[in-house]
Amino acid sequence: MCVIRVEHLRKSFLLDKTVIHAVDDVSFSVDEGEVFGLIGLSGAGKSTLVRCLNLLERPDSGEIWFDGLNLVEQDDSVLREKRCRMGIIFQHFNLFMRKTVWENVAYPLRIAGQRTKEITPRVEELLDYIGLSAHARSYPAELSGGQQQRVGIARALAMNPRLLLSDEATSALDPVNTELVLSMLRKVVDDLGIAVILITHQMEVAKALCDRIAVMENGKIVEENTVEELFLRPRHAVTRRMIRGFDEDIPLEHFADLTSAPVYRLGFRSQTVTRPLISDISRRFNVDANILAGNINALVGGDVGYLVVSFEGEEEAVRGALSSLHEDGVEILKLEPGNGQNNGVGLHAKEEVR
Amino acid sequence: MNEFVRATLETVYMVLTSSIISVVIGLPLGVLLILVRSEGLRPKPNLYRAIDVTINVLRSIPFMILMIVVFPLSRLLVGRATGTTATIVPLAILAIPFVARIMEQSFLEVDYGVLEAGLASGATIGQLVRTVLIPEALPALVNGVTITIINIIGNSAMAGAIGGGGLGDLAIRYGLYRRNSLNLFVAVAITIAFVQIVQFLGRLIENRLRRDGTSPAL
Repeated sequence: MCVIRVEHLRKSFLLDKTVIHAVDDVSFSVDEGEVFGLIGLSGAGKSTLVRCLNLLERPDSGEIWFDGLNLVEQDDSVLREKRCRMGIIFQHFNLFMRKTVWENVAYPLRIAGQRTKEITPRVEELLDYIGLSAHARSYPAELSGGQQQRVGIARALAMNPRLLLSDEATSALDPVNTELVLSMLRKVVDDLGIAVILITHQMEVAKALCDRIAVMENGKIVEENTVEELFLRPRHAVTRRMIRGFDEDIPLEHFADLTSAPVYRLGFRSQTVTRPLISDISRRFNVDANILAGNINALVGGDVGYLVVSFEGEEEAVRGALSSLHEDGVEILKLEPGNGQNNGVGLHAKEEVR
Repeated sequence: MNEFVRATLETVYMVLTSSIISVVIGLPLGVLLILVRSEGLRPKPNLYRAIDVTINVLRSIPFMILMIVVFPLSRLLVGRATGTTATIVPLAILAIPFVARIMEQSFLEVDYGVLEAGLASGATIGQLVRTVLIPEALPALVNGVTITIINIIGNSAMAGAIGGGGLGDLAIRYGLYRRNSLNLFVAVAITIAFVQIVQFLGRLIENRLRRDGTSPAL
């Protein structure tokens, strides 16, 4: 069941007399029990988008359907009620520093006017869930970053939300705490079946948790797909760059500049990722495969990998090799030379969904 | 009654009353300023500018001038222009803009993200002010009130020169005019002790409030 549906959302603001389209005609929807990733580089508009979803920022136009209502049209009192059904966790946790862990978690309940009699068991349950019962009387500054974010999760869950917004929730954490918080989020989704919108610039985080990913650039969603499909067939240069990771700073398209031979990105799904397909076609079609880059990613649904390869040999032989790879279920994308801004051209364009 | 005891009690009365009045009016003004500033939660740039200019104007008037200017107002409010109770009027009028400004500065130190977390939890602006903004800024607010009281002590001593009563009055009449340096010295010493006690108590409360592990008091 659809938890939130966003239609043609737009938000722009003025910065030094230029109009910035932070959110530019964005539409998507998220189902119950689904983790939807919004991924993009800094400044892509992700944070503005998430603030528009709970109306902390008012969008310029568009619709946000949640709990049967278009939130954009609601007045403040309805919005406040709906906001509690939409928990949010933040990059810098944003805990109340002068309230104890217990008071932080109890805050949304108190604001909603619940009595101490109702609040106490709920807070105890939540603290137990995040494993911080022993720290109930501690102040946030006495906790580690990972513990603080768990308190943030408990506070966000206090009102039994249907949707959890996560705004770069692991970006300020070290790898160990990132892992801890991610597994906690996974547990939340599995236990409570709520929907999660996960905003991140780290593909590592998105692939560990998301069912579906939308890639944002300049306020637009440039590509949206299931995680496996996205890794297999990244249509947009930004997507390929995010998949490749930032420790390797060269865009894939750069490899097309290196050689006059055509360069392909081959995507392998879990069934083909372990098979020696390249040496096989090399032998059978008498083509030389020059492997320029490659990687394997472990996803929720299985391993997917990619290779960037240039083929040298008779044109006929190369074509035969490629169609053989295609029959084996390999996703083939031709990389055009350039600055990485152009989009790769799918070799089997008729099979492309869009 | 001993002159010193009487003068000290007068000063305590003047300072405490005007401090309470200035905080009771200045704190809501500070909240208003933080809400209506252009980056605030309820931006009203024109209102902000109006209050902002008024505060700056009031703060740039020297106390002695202000005291004379508000003589008519004092007469209207308390029935007379000189004396201890009358002096409370200019003391409070000068302290209100100071308190408003210092509260605004304290509120600015509260991370906007924390306010956002309060709003996302479903808080109204009023609830947010009461349950997040003021509690989160409390140590800084206490520090601001300490500074305000000490300022008022200084101003109240000055008020003595034009019939304001209290320790300043005593120091001038019994000390300066009668050339009794012992009286002058004792009056000044009591004022200094007064400032020290206020500063000590302020710091004590502030440090207690900062036991949450956030940044320690300077």
